[in-house]
Amino acid sequence: MTGAEGQSGGAAVPAAPPAPDEVKTSRLLGTLGVGGAVAGVLLVIAFGLTLPTIEANKARELEVAVKEVLKAPARYETLYVVGGALARKVPDGTDPKKIERVFLGYGTDNQRVGFAMVSAEAGFQDLVKVIFGYDPKTKQLLGMKVLESKETPGLGDKIEKDQAFVSQFAGAQAPLVGIKTGKRSNPREVVMITGATISSKAVIRIINSALKRLGPLVDAYPQEDKG
Amino acid sequence: MSGEVSPADLHCGAHGASAGVGPRRAVPPGEDLVKGFWRENPVLVQLLGLCPTLAVTNSVANSAVMGIATFFVLVGSSLLVSASRRFIPNEVRITSYILIIATFVSIAEMALQALVPDIHKALGAFVALIVVNCIILGRQEAFAGRNPVGRSVLDAVGMGSGFMIAMLIMGSVREVLGSGTFLGVSLFGPGFEPWVIMVLPPGGFFTLAFVLLTVAWFKRRKALKAREAERHDVAVVERAA
Repeated sequence: MTGAEGQSGGAAVPAAPPAPDEVKTSRLLGTLGVGGAVAGVLLVIAFGLTLPTIEANKARELEVAVKEVLKAPARYETLYVVGGALARKVPDGTDPKKIERVFLGYGTDNQRVGFAMVSAEAGFQDLVKVIFGYDPKTKQLLGMKVLESKETPGLGDKIEKDQAFVSQFAGAQAPLVGIKTGKRSNPREVVMITGATISSKAVIRIINSALKRLGPLVDAYPQEDKG
Repeated sequence: MSGEVSPADLHCGAHGASAGVGPRRAVPPGEDLVKGFWRENPVLVQLLGLCPTLAVTNSVANSAVMGIATFFVLVGSSLLVSASRRFIPNEVRITSYILIIATFVSIAEMALQALVPDIHKALGAFVALIVVNCIILGRQEAFAGRNPVGRSVLDAVGMGSGFMIAMLIMGSVREVLGSGTFLGVSLFGPGFEPWVIMVLPPGGFFTLAFVLLTVAWFKRRKALKAREAERHDVAVVERAA
């Protein structure tokens, strides 16, 4: 306020402007500079302290989800989508976190039980991220779990909470078709949730488009590679 | 009742001497702390911070975590603003306050993501939006920027607790009616049909209106009782005379 008054006073009297203006500017810059530097240091410390836990949480969440949609496999391995095919390793110098992944599950007899795929597309509110298990031999889904969604509480969020909806995906035949009401007449059909049709359709669309994109890669992945 | 509060004072959360405005009165430290709980509750009396109060109170857990995060940011910011108030030029004080607040919000966000990832996910963008919660900037401008560290921290603890109390009241009403649960524990059994609207945005407005109405009713009743007692005292004095 004093600065504003000083400026208006200076405009009224055409005399020389106040002398300590330059010093003031440097003090302002200094204050903000020091404040910014301290804030930066604090943030870097907090980031460094929390990053390992955040990454471990995400990895744990993904691991639980993979096991859930592959019906508790004995083990699973991570495959990377590299150059239009699935590979166990990423090319040298590439960050594996930035490459799309598919998870291949094995049973106790070392036989493949299926592939888990993660995909995200727009739902009603925001992106819906889904993981689902798929058996390429039978073209059947093994299970589905919503990993991330900001759908409407009480309505759209039923895509992850309504067990009647979620359980339909286990054993469903790809590609999926959404139906509004009634009983499923064939294994391709998924009964959508009343009041959450857009969110239900989004889940079905996400799975169908992921299978369209990743299905051929999964089919082409050689059988002899059992790890 | 001792003095009227101007809308401008309410807006910035400043109440006369408690805000450090005007000649300083001797305010007991306890007063700095307790005024935020109820008498000057930032949500229920000053009607500040209504955005998170409406948006994330659809469950008790979300309300509690948002309350704790805001409490942490408020106390941390007040401590730092008060400690550095002599070094911050008046011209850049708001910028500096926002820088300090944003730093604490970012730290709170990272901590929540690490410690309670599910609730962090449920709160979504509202954790980052604590930066623009006017309770926090209001307390820096009205109190921490003008008072010593001890009083500023007490004020922040009181206001942060007041915010948490309001969030928990809202969250409890909405979760119990909207989901039939309290902290995820079923209260009414499978026969209860939840009032889904209570966990949706309209439910936030209904609940807030109901809570504010209840608070206003209590305050009015208290004022009426005080007036009644005053009249009674006057009558007794007149009779004695």
